[in-house]
Parts: sequence; C-alpha cells; structure tokens
Amino acid sequence: MRNYILYALGAGAMFILARDINLIAGFPQEASQGAIFKIIFFHVPMAITAMLCSFVALCASIAFLATKNFKYDAIAVAVTEVGLAFLAGNLITGSIWARIIWGVWWAWDVRLTSALVCWLLYAGYLMLRRAIEEPTQRATFAAAFSIFAFIDVPIVYLSIRLFRTQHPGPVFFSSNGSFPPDWSAAIFGPLGTMMAMMMLATIFTCVRLTQENFQRELDSLRRMAHAM
Amino acid sequence: MGAFFRQALTITIKDLKAEIRTKEAINASFAFAIVILVLFSFAFDPLEDTTRDMSGGLLWIVFAFAGVLVLNRSFARELPNDCLDALIAAPISGAALFLGKSVANYLLLLAVELVSLPVFGIFYNVHWTTQFWSLMLVLVLGTWGLTLIGTFCSALTVNIRLREVMLPMLTYPALVPVLMGSMQLTVSLMAGKPIGEETMPWLKLLAGFDIVFTAASLVLVEVVLVG
Repeated sequence: MRNYILYALGAGAMFILARDINLIAGFPQEASQGAIFKIIFFHVPMAITAMLCSFVALCASIAFLATKNFKYDAIAVAVTEVGLAFLAGNLITGSIWARIIWGVWWAWDVRLTSALVCWLLYAGYLMLRRAIEEPTQRATFAAAFSIFAFIDVPIVYLSIRLFRTQHPGPVFFSSNGSFPPDWSAAIFGPLGTMMAMMMLATIFTCVRLTQENFQRELDSLRRMAHAM
Repeated sequence: MGAFFRQALTITIKDLKAEIRTKEAINASFAFAIVILVLFSFAFDPLEDTTRDMSGGLLWIVFAFAGVLVLNRSFARELPNDCLDALIAAPISGAALFLGKSVANYLLLLAVELVSLPVFGIFYNVHWTTQFWSLMLVLVLGTWGLTLIGTFCSALTVNIRLREVMLPMLTYPALVPVLMGSMQLTVSLMAGKPIGEETMPWLKLLAGFDIVFTAASLVLVEVVLVG
C-alpha cells in the first residue's frame, strides 16, 4: 500500500515538474538578466525544501532524545541526507547563475557562505554517524550534534550579515519586489515547482527510511547470528 | 547549586594536575602553534603592511589549530584504564563533568595563547600591546566559544575511530561565528583602533554565541555522556 502511494506521489511530482518546465519555458525573458533568471524557479524551492528538511531533522532529533525511539533517529538521518542533496542543488544552481550574472562561480556573500557552512555542518553530521558503530550511541550523539548544528546556522547567518552582502534581495513576499503573479504561481502555486520539490523530498525521505529500517533489521539479524 | 560548581571545580583541578604533570597536550599545542606561525611566514611576506592587516586572522587560525590538540586530549586522556566510565559513574552530573573539563581546557588554551602572542608579535612585527585590555577581552570571549564547542565535540568523538579527523571536521564549521568575530576584532585592535561603533556588533555576537552555546551544551551534554 505504502509503495503505491509513493509511486503515485512520484508520478504526480514528475507531472508537475514537466508542466512547470513547459510553462516556465514559455515565460518571456527577464529584462536585465535574460534566460538565466529562470533558474530561480528551481533555486528558491530547493533552498526552502532544504531548510524545511533541517527543521524536520531538528524535531526528529529532539523527539529521539526525548523518547529513545529509533523511528525518530531513522527520520532524522533520512531527512538530513535528502536536505543535504537539495542544498547541494541549491548551491550548484546558484553558482551557475552567479557565473553568468556576477562573472564568478562563487562570492563570499552572506547567504552563500552560510549555506555552505550549513552544508558542511550537516555533512559532518553524516560523517559522525558513519564513524560510530554502536546504534544507541550513534543515534544519541548524532541527535545532539544535529540540534547543535541547527542552533548554529542562524548565528552563522547573523555573523556573516555583518559584512556587506551582494546576494540579490528577496523578490517574494516583499513590497519592493516586482515579480509577476503568474511567475510566483509557477513556484508557490499548488502546481508550482515548490510543490514538486516537496513531493520529491517526501519520496526520497520515505525510500531512505525504508532502507534505514531494512538496515536495522539486518544489523539485528547479524548480531543474533554472532550470538549463536 | 554550590555542589554543582564544587564538583566542576574538582574535575578542573584534576585535569589541570594531570596536564601539568605530563605536559603532553600543552607542549604539543604550543610547539604546533610556533610551527604554523613559521609556515605562515612562507605563505606571506610577514613584514609587509598587507600581511599586518590580516595578522589578527592568522592568529586565530593558529589558536584554532593548536587548540584542537588540547581539546582532543581532553576526553581521550580518560580512555586508558576506563577512567571515562568511572567519571560517568561518579555521583556527579554530566553537566558538572563537562563544565569542569571545559574550564580546564579553557585555562590551558588561554595559557598557550598568552605565550604565543608575544612570539607572534616578534615574528610578525605586530604591536599587539596598544589595545592590551580590549585584546584580552576578545581573547577571553573567543577562547571560551572555541573551548566550549571543542570540548562538546571532543565528548562526541571520544569513543569513535578516526577521532583525530572527526574533531576538526565537526568543530571548525560550527566555530565560524566565533572565529569571524574574533578575527575582525583582533585585526582592528592590532591596528590600534579601540572597540568602537564598527566593531561593537562583533563583540556582542561573541558574547551572545558564548551564552547560547554554554546553555545548549550544558543541557545536551547530559544525554551525550550519561545517555
């Protein structure tokens, strides 16, 4: 049953993405930036998805520490990996955009740097998990570090903002933005790219969760075999 | 509450005694600090004005690298003879154990830094004494952030393989705000400028980071150490 829901979700995400790509290709080019501007339709949803993933990871980590239920540990690791992938996509699309508009692949601006530090922190989280053998200890330590990382990211952002920034300001939800409503709808609408990314993230997380459960089952069987 | 601090103090004194008798971490750390200072002198011309502009930044990289050596030993020292298990089984809270170890590391790190500073001043021809007390304030705040994150990660990584590799991997990204703030302040102080309107936000950031992470790690360390 669960698999069918996942397949349906996947088909839905594919459909929405295909529709959006078709729609976005039909939009006129942005006046000052040209075609490269359209990267925003994927760049921004990926960033928001990654942020949501790290928030879910925080909640799952707290839930694990409170309940010691390994279900939450599996959620935390699954969602962190997916979030890391989306953040990587965000960094890469942003880098391509920067090469065309700023003329450099990378600028040490506040959002770029904090996104990179965030990526490094969560990559450290995954490496920490790799290095610990004992499951209870692995889950506990990883949860503690995940909470630490989540607290750290806003401070990193704040600290880098004290430098001057060159990242283009937000064009959504602000009064000075001049983003046409049908373009906004292509991202945040019910059939926008945001929805497609969220569905993708959910599917990836569920698949990863299944793997994690199998892994735990395998580990316990192996331990049992060793004991015998 | 009084008992809590007395327990933490006992741990601090124990750690300092062990370190002063062997001097293994502090010697290695100080020697390493000098080695990095020498290496930096090949990367940049140490007597040029541009280098002096970023000398505060260099200094904190030295402190961060040398500091990890001390922090690495902090919990690893307790592994032989299962001392860590004994400490955890002792009738003190994990937070007291963590605080005690942090303070011990803090004092050791500060000692390494205070000895490195004059050496740095000589090697790089930097007049670091012009804003002496402000610089000490930055040192005190920045080092506490460094020690706190480092000791916490040291507790996380004590039992794992690749401990020496994992500790910097976890510590440095988390340290970005502390290092940035300390570097900005140190560069400006070494240029002879007192802490003013421009640098005050960094000082506040340092203090804020220290407060937030002291609270967070004291809460979290209980689960990490005791489980």
